[in-house]
Amino acid sequence: MILIKCPYCGERDHSEFSYGGDASIIYPSLDAPQEEWVKAIFFRENIKGIQKETWQHINGCRMWLEVERSTITHEITSIKPCHKNLQKVIDN
Amino acid sequence: MSSQRIDNFGKINREKQFRFSWENKNYFGYEGDSLASALLANDIRIVGRSFKYHRPRGIMSCGVEESGGLVTIGTGNKKDPNVRATSQELYEGLIASGQNAFPSVNFDLGSVNNYLSRFFAAGFYYKTFMGIPPFEWGKGTAVWMFFEKFIRKAAGMGRVSRLPDPDIYEHANDFCDILVVGSGPAGIAAAKEAADKKLDVILVEQDNFIGGDQLSETSFDSNNALAELRSLGVRVMKRTTAFGLYDNCVLGLIERVKDQSNPINKELPKQRFWIVRAKHVIIGSGAFERHIAFNNNDVPGSMTVNASKHYLNRYGVLTGKNIVISTNNDSAYGTAEALVKAGAKVIVLDNRENLNSNLTNNNFEVRNGVVPYNINGTREIKSLDIADSVNLTYKKIDTITCDQVLMSGGWSPAVHLLSHRGVKPKWNSENQCFIPDKAKENITMIGSARGIWGKDDCTASGIAGALDALNRLGISKTNYFFPKQGGWKNSIEPLYEVKYKKSRSKSFVDFQHDVTCDDVRLAHREGFISVEHLKRYTTLGMANDQGKMGNIIGLSLMADLLGKEIPDVGTTTFRPPFTPVSIGALAGRSVGKHFMPLRTTPMHQWNLNNGATMIDAGLYQRPWYFPKKNETINDAYIREAAKVRKTVGICDVTSLGKIAIQGPDSTEFINRVYSNAFAKLPINKTRYGIMLRDDGLVLDDGTCWRISETEYFMTTSTAQAGRVMAFLEELLQVRWPDLKVNVTSVSEQWGVAAISGPKTREVLDECLEDSSVISNDNLPYMGFISANLKGGIPCKIARISFSGELGFEIYILADYANKMMDILWNSAKKFDGCLYGLEALGALRVEKGHVTGAELDGRTTIDDVGLGKMASNKKSYVGSAMRKRGVLSAEDREKLVGFFPVNKKYTFDSGTIICEKNNIKGFGIGRVTSVTHSPELGHWIGLGFIKGGVEKWKNTIVIGSDPIRNKEMEIQVVSPHMIDPQGKRLHA
Ligand SMILES: [Zn+2]
Repeated sequence: MILIKCPYCGERDHSEFSYGGDASIIYPSLDAPQEEWVKAIFFRENIKGIQKETWQHINGCRMWLEVERSTITHEITSIKPCHKNLQKVIDN
Repeated sequence: MSSQRIDNFGKINREKQFRFSWENKNYFGYEGDSLASALLANDIRIVGRSFKYHRPRGIMSCGVEESGGLVTIGTGNKKDPNVRATSQELYEGLIASGQNAFPSVNFDLGSVNNYLSRFFAAGFYYKTFMGIPPFEWGKGTAVWMFFEKFIRKAAGMGRVSRLPDPDIYEHANDFCDILVVGSGPAGIAAAKEAADKKLDVILVEQDNFIGGDQLSETSFDSNNALAELRSLGVRVMKRTTAFGLYDNCVLGLIERVKDQSNPINKELPKQRFWIVRAKHVIIGSGAFERHIAFNNNDVPGSMTVNASKHYLNRYGVLTGKNIVISTNNDSAYGTAEALVKAGAKVIVLDNRENLNSNLTNNNFEVRNGVVPYNINGTREIKSLDIADSVNLTYKKIDTITCDQVLMSGGWSPAVHLLSHRGVKPKWNSENQCFIPDKAKENITMIGSARGIWGKDDCTASGIAGALDALNRLGISKTNYFFPKQGGWKNSIEPLYEVKYKKSRSKSFVDFQHDVTCDDVRLAHREGFISVEHLKRYTTLGMANDQGKMGNIIGLSLMADLLGKEIPDVGTTTFRPPFTPVSIGALAGRSVGKHFMPLRTTPMHQWNLNNGATMIDAGLYQRPWYFPKKNETINDAYIREAAKVRKTVGICDVTSLGKIAIQGPDSTEFINRVYSNAFAKLPINKTRYGIMLRDDGLVLDDGTCWRISETEYFMTTSTAQAGRVMAFLEELLQVRWPDLKVNVTSVSEQWGVAAISGPKTREVLDECLEDSSVISNDNLPYMGFISANLKGGIPCKIARISFSGELGFEIYILADYANKMMDILWNSAKKFDGCLYGLEALGALRVEKGHVTGAELDGRTTIDDVGLGKMASNKKSYVGSAMRKRGVLSAEDREKLVGFFPVNKKYTFDSGTIICEKNNIKGFGIGRVTSVTHSPELGHWIGLGFIKGGVEKWKNTIVIGSDPIRNKEMEIQVVSPHMIDPQGKRLHA
């Protein structure tokens, strides 16, 4: 029953969101060599502590969010839109 | 008679009698009784049989920690097993029976296990079925498989009804400022204090009366207390258990709204499952009194001390006449006093040799430095052997004739809810119990749940708890202090086990799972010394009560064996639920047709009106087939599929996902997403495309239409529509933020009909205002145009075919969908056309070798399904690097093929394993994924995969092995394109 504060919709129950994955992954360019893609797709950290992850507000505004969450306590320490320009749009 | 109802005691309503049945005999009780108190009032001492040894058991407590009185309530489809008689309210007509006994709890054949007990020691199942003596004659799973059904029958307690549950359960949500769990003196004080500060307070109490331990006090009036709370605005929820505490102060509650046989208010649910979000949670969940382990401490008549006081002062039941109370702490003396007042003869055994403070008025005998040693009697207590506790040597000194033994081995705060939040309790040796540690979250523990024993101290802790909550919520800044833990005049002295000198002792640690002290010692000898191992090996604390009473005793024994202190042994973590939650309550109203939400297409009713039998396809219902009189499904779909190839057919294909893609970078986006080339797709053309996942496997397939320079329309499969949409959004928002593209799901906005077959043009000639728009020149294969149906209804027509025949898909605004179906069907009827459903659609696509979710199952590559040539070599796209991984391009990967039965009269099924002749074993070399009868070919055909594909196996005879259906047959491998491989019909 985590509360996630969507920058657009406000504080909502996590059942409105769907979990994406590791937000610290920097995806290689599409024409990058296979080894880079293998590393990005299959070699993931299993973090105990604060983890950067993506969530989508799937039953709300459908925004993809970058969330910093403790994998031990579920405490969320930061939330922002994944898309760099969206925060500016919301602020206006 | 040993237990009986007595006058002038208790708070039951003696004006209102209830009749109830126990083991098929009728008895009477009163309003305000629990089933346990009513059974005791009728002197029914044996209420159940124990789990392993089938020993007779009686009522052992008065609350949710009950181990003896687990009974079945109700009959037929209203049967509830494993109900605690102690927390079951009595009602008129209640039907209850004992468990785990044949033929009855009074005479149980299973009790022979008691004499075989050396075979049932800790780890019995593990050892026996891993081939350790005495059952060495078998090893491994085969033995387990053989015996499992017998063991399952012998183990376990109640039996569930296998009938559908006729009761209603519902889910509800609520919010409040402060939620208080428990209505003892602490909880009531906290709720009042918080309500006084104008906060929205919910008080949750699992009992049907509020008061907690005060219900055992003659002076306490529960109704007055309730009225006072309500007048302050506290929302009191009785008969409601807080079973779990979750993140952000969210509580799961189960409210028992009505009892099952209650005839009034039929529309009320049996239970309500609440999710309550509070700003702060105050937990005054009380403490559990522990028993003491000594030989035969489970004989009916043994009970915790405080329970006896509750039976007396709440229910007016005196639980014994000659009572021995064994204690190691002060709390038992009040009960002794009350029992004497009610006319019982009481002897108190106190293991403490010297007490600083006198606790009696000399109304009863107290023997200091004495402990219980052994109960004599099996079906009832005849006498108690007692021992000298000097130097913990436990020498038997005397035998006392008695009919009841009450035990108090100390108290364990109910730290369960806090434990759910991952806060480990701390050992407090002064009070011999685990006490809660401070929580970082907005949770405050009060009362005896905090380890505070005295009533006034509990009240003070409730007020302090409320002030703590107010401060932490930033509402006030008040100084407060919590009373110290403990509060007895004389300190408690550890008393967990009185060791029995003779062999074959039965000193129970966990009554519910028949775990004895010897079992704990055996676990230690065999190396299972960590608490988590001890728990699983002996099943200590794994029963219905989850170790509420026995856990600490088990820990103390292990600590003793290891020469450690209890805190160094540790404690297992309590997890939700606090008490069992019925599956019905979890399901709520999500049963039957409400199990999942239903999505319907805009022509859903039209399909039904025209005779469709529907099938679930994900959340959608789609037409499955349109049977004519007496037609079976096979008759119908074979007729429909044949008709499409011969004349014309119409099918609702609305459930496809539909996504509008707009923006200046749309072309670049589409080109990156699909594996095949899209950059040069002309306007008004559509293309079949395949998307891959990041790992190079197929995500989905569909068509994509170019509407303008900057706008596309994408269709997806029904199953993957949601996933594709979320993936496109992820790509645009997370990975490629520079692309100026917007995606919108328009799945619900459009209705779609597929019309296909050689007579399609004739039908559409009649339906369109200007039929020249669909001429071969104006609308070639894979083109699309805007048009008007007759009556000026705008639509889009794409020349796409899934069936392999000349075909179009007509997209129309959802509101016009029924009108479109009328227009199309009225015309198609004239050309001997048909309506067809998903089954015929499947038959047509299998004949053509078109793949769907059965083949694109998340394990297949684009090459596996024979579409590798479509993938572009000139561009990079999602999955382009990863699809070239060695493992995905290995020679022996399973590739798409068609299958014919060698004997054309035979049928076969999806899931059939393909094996080489003379080598039928294991996973074989392939599998059948889709089958159908082909009306065109006149026999059954299939699609599937085989290692090496068509090139290696074409026309080879292999074996289709179907071990589930016990079938084996010869199958010929053919090309997956079983009809019109050149696609001539499409271009007609
Ligand atoms: Zn949102």
